[in-house]
Amino acid sequence: MSLSGYVVRRLLQAVPVALGVTILVFLLIHLVPGDPARTILGNQATAPRVALLRHEWGLDRPLPVQYEKFMGRLVHGDLGSSLFYGVNAGHLVLQRLPVTLWLIGLGALFSLLLAVPLAVIAATHRDRLADHVVRVVPLVGLGFPAFWLGIMLLLVFGLNLGRLFPVGGYGEGFFGHLHSMLLPALTVALGISPILVRSLRAGLLEVLESDYVTTARSKGLSERRVLVRHALRNAAVSTVSVLGVNIGFLVGGTLIVERVYALPGVGLLMINSIFERDFPVVQAVTLVFSLLVVLVYLLTDIAHALLDPRVRFE
Amino acid sequence: MAVAAETIAEATLAEHRHGFRRRWYRTPSFVAGVSVLGTILLLAALAPLVTTHDPTQQDLVNTLAGPSSTHWLGTDDLGRDVWSRLVYGARTDLRVAFLAVLFPFVIGTTIGLLSGYYGRVVDTLTSWLVNVVVAFPFYVLIIALVFVLGSGTRNIYIAITIVGWVSYTRIVRGEVLVAKRREYVLAARAGGLSDARILVRHLLPNVITQAIVFAMSDIVLDILAIVTLGYLGLGVQPPTPDWGRMIADGQGYLTTNWQLATFPGIAVVVTALGLSLLADGLADLLRPE
Amino acid sequence: MSAPLLRVTDLRVEFPLARGVLHAVDGASFDVDAGEALGLVGESGSGKTMALRALVGLLPRTARIAGGSVEFDGVDVLRIAEDERRALRGRSIAMIFQEPMTALNPVMRVGEQIGEGPLVRLGYGRRRARERALELMRLVGIPDPEQRAGAYAHELSGGMRQRVMIAIALSMEPKLILCDEPTTALDVTIQDQILKLLASLRERLGVSIVFVSHDLAVIAQTCQGVAVMYAGQVIETGSVETVFREPRHPYTLSLLRSVPDVDDVRELLSTIPGAPPDLADLPPGCRFHPRCPFVQVDCVDGAFPLRPLGGGRSTACIHHELAAEDARREPVIAGG
Repeated sequence: MSLSGYVVRRLLQAVPVALGVTILVFLLIHLVPGDPARTILGNQATAPRVALLRHEWGLDRPLPVQYEKFMGRLVHGDLGSSLFYGVNAGHLVLQRLPVTLWLIGLGALFSLLLAVPLAVIAATHRDRLADHVVRVVPLVGLGFPAFWLGIMLLLVFGLNLGRLFPVGGYGEGFFGHLHSMLLPALTVALGISPILVRSLRAGLLEVLESDYVTTARSKGLSERRVLVRHALRNAAVSTVSVLGVNIGFLVGGTLIVERVYALPGVGLLMINSIFERDFPVVQAVTLVFSLLVVLVYLLTDIAHALLDPRVRFE
Repeated sequence: MAVAAETIAEATLAEHRHGFRRRWYRTPSFVAGVSVLGTILLLAALAPLVTTHDPTQQDLVNTLAGPSSTHWLGTDDLGRDVWSRLVYGARTDLRVAFLAVLFPFVIGTTIGLLSGYYGRVVDTLTSWLVNVVVAFPFYVLIIALVFVLGSGTRNIYIAITIVGWVSYTRIVRGEVLVAKRREYVLAARAGGLSDARILVRHLLPNVITQAIVFAMSDIVLDILAIVTLGYLGLGVQPPTPDWGRMIADGQGYLTTNWQLATFPGIAVVVTALGLSLLADGLADLLRPE
Repeated sequence: MSAPLLRVTDLRVEFPLARGVLHAVDGASFDVDAGEALGLVGESGSGKTMALRALVGLLPRTARIAGGSVEFDGVDVLRIAEDERRALRGRSIAMIFQEPMTALNPVMRVGEQIGEGPLVRLGYGRRRARERALELMRLVGIPDPEQRAGAYAHELSGGMRQRVMIAIALSMEPKLILCDEPTTALDVTIQDQILKLLASLRERLGVSIVFVSHDLAVIAQTCQGVAVMYAGQVIETGSVETVFREPRHPYTLSLLRSVPDVDDVRELLSTIPGAPPDLADLPPGCRFHPRCPFVQVDCVDGAFPLRPLGGGRSTACIHHELAAEDARREPVIAGG
């Protein structure tokens, strides 16, 4: 099968999942105990106001009709109106998306910069001291709550050590963003790199014992070339997949980290909206985040197919 | 024939048990995990004996005090004893985490068993649902669910169950797909045993190991989720002490009283490490030789 | 007579295990002359593959060389630095593996893999390396090399993949090619093509070959000399013609008798009773004695080194005339 054929097939597979995501997000409102409109507006709200909201959201209609309306609005980019800001929730999310995408991208980059060298050192020094040390990293690292890690980094680098990094905000311009994003991105990266180290090490060990690495060695190539040209290129395939599979973890991490560093991204919007009981915004954020994950899964599989010519034929 | 199949299945199980008894003390990570977690559980269980104060008792004259002989780790912004809150916090968070892992474990394993065994429509539907739930970032869905359901421990259990069952289903389903082609299952089927008996007596004991190993590391994830919800103010409600809330409260005093946010975090890390070591050791022990 | 190109003396390879030491190769000796093809034959687990890999330092991570010497062109390969051994690999001694699918890098185009040696080791430029790759592909009989060079391993047939492996092995004009069961994974007609290719390349290029196989017919078709291995030791050597016609070791005899005979010369199909010994717990004396049909009282202890019989042959059996008699009484002929 050609690459484009593979992409089309993979796109078609993503459609039912994306639909499922919209159904689950749509159903969120019905998990609210009692009368959702009353619960969301609070006890002080007047009865007519509650009735109005119930009608506005179509809560008095049968479920399929409600879903149809929900999807109808969705395809026009209407994710409902924020109760707090009074504007389209979708616009609010889009406005703040760049900050979060920056954080995700930079976090993913940092995590690779941390994980790849560690995994290479461990795999090439198998069962020696360096390997044992690296193998402990995921055991300890996975237990760090992301928000606490952020606070500790803030304590050390933001408040002490001559206030090297800003403790909040998003900065101005490319380098301003980069500077203010360093600590948050590092926090995100430290959260996910234990997982990456673990699977990249395992992947590399498997590749290093493979027959084609022996073939490469039988050509008399240097260990360096064997590692870079033959082993890493194959291990990269699995790394991309691992990073893709854990994108949900990464995205969830940004949510908490934005809160710790007061970064005005989508995550902070979600948490603030929870305190404002601004249901449409929470719903919009949940939807955008999960559709983002579906998209990343798709891109991961395409990247995988580009890196590994075998995939397209399966 | 069916009898023979049962004997084989039991022999496999007995082999595991035997290997476990023989080797547990020679697996360093298992021993370390048991020691760390055992100490924490013991402290939590004996909380009234190892603490000096009521964790919720305020002392507004004695706020933000440093460590002393009466307050070993000092007091917080409301004059409460930090050490006592830490120990009682372990009680809360561990109890919630252990309970929270049970529901997804049971539900996810059951669904995985059924969808792997029956295949077809059941399996297609399950796989679709799994893919949908997996598309939601863990924390985003948990937070959204706790938001709509309302905070409190009961709703934490519900949220974690809705998000968490998929991992068990994935693991068990995969194991069942392999196991159901093995001879002992084919023999049991040919011997005319009922589906229920094959599932419970023959498949379950052979596929549950991986789910148990995962459950250990899943508790780590749940503790982190509970503490994170606490930090965001969506978790265990005050005045019940909870590590997440303690960190959130301490964050405001980072420049003056850094220990307030630091100690509860260390408690989380040590607990999680104990659980991770235990999971790692268990995985080693339960791996067939 | 000049010194052989390769002289392996008393080679030992061990694997330390929890329950003891596994002696994968335990005193293997054989010679390979320039331009000769030597067959290294034995059952699986007899140590032939490990012996082969030890020659170029490509043993598995957990293995260690416990003794012996491997003289190649007058240099003991086991006693030089790893860098010098690496310099020998590919340029002097190349290797071909059993499973060409896994032995080829799945994400690298085959042309690139063939040209890699000349590019990196011989300092060819990119263009020249590519031309060399195409030339090699033509040499090993790959049709339409310009197009095939851009293919990945999984896009080729099994026979084509093994031709690619052979092209890789030839790419730096080595003096010796080590072949580890190169045709086992292929079907019979392709197997025949590959064997003929190897034989013709040996004649045209004058390269020596060590050919590891469990298949006596393959050895008979490809090789001049043969060394039979059992439980980590070489127990009989000689020319293919003499050894196969009149084996001087009961194990060789049993092995020859267990070959399914396509020409129907022989009616009996015998298999060897018993199983090869546990390499971590070897029997004393001759290692074959528990399975030997001619076992005598003096076979059960002492050392059984390879001893010359004259005529370029040698055997480890102290009662070799018994096997020879049996072979004369009832000819074994297996294509040799």
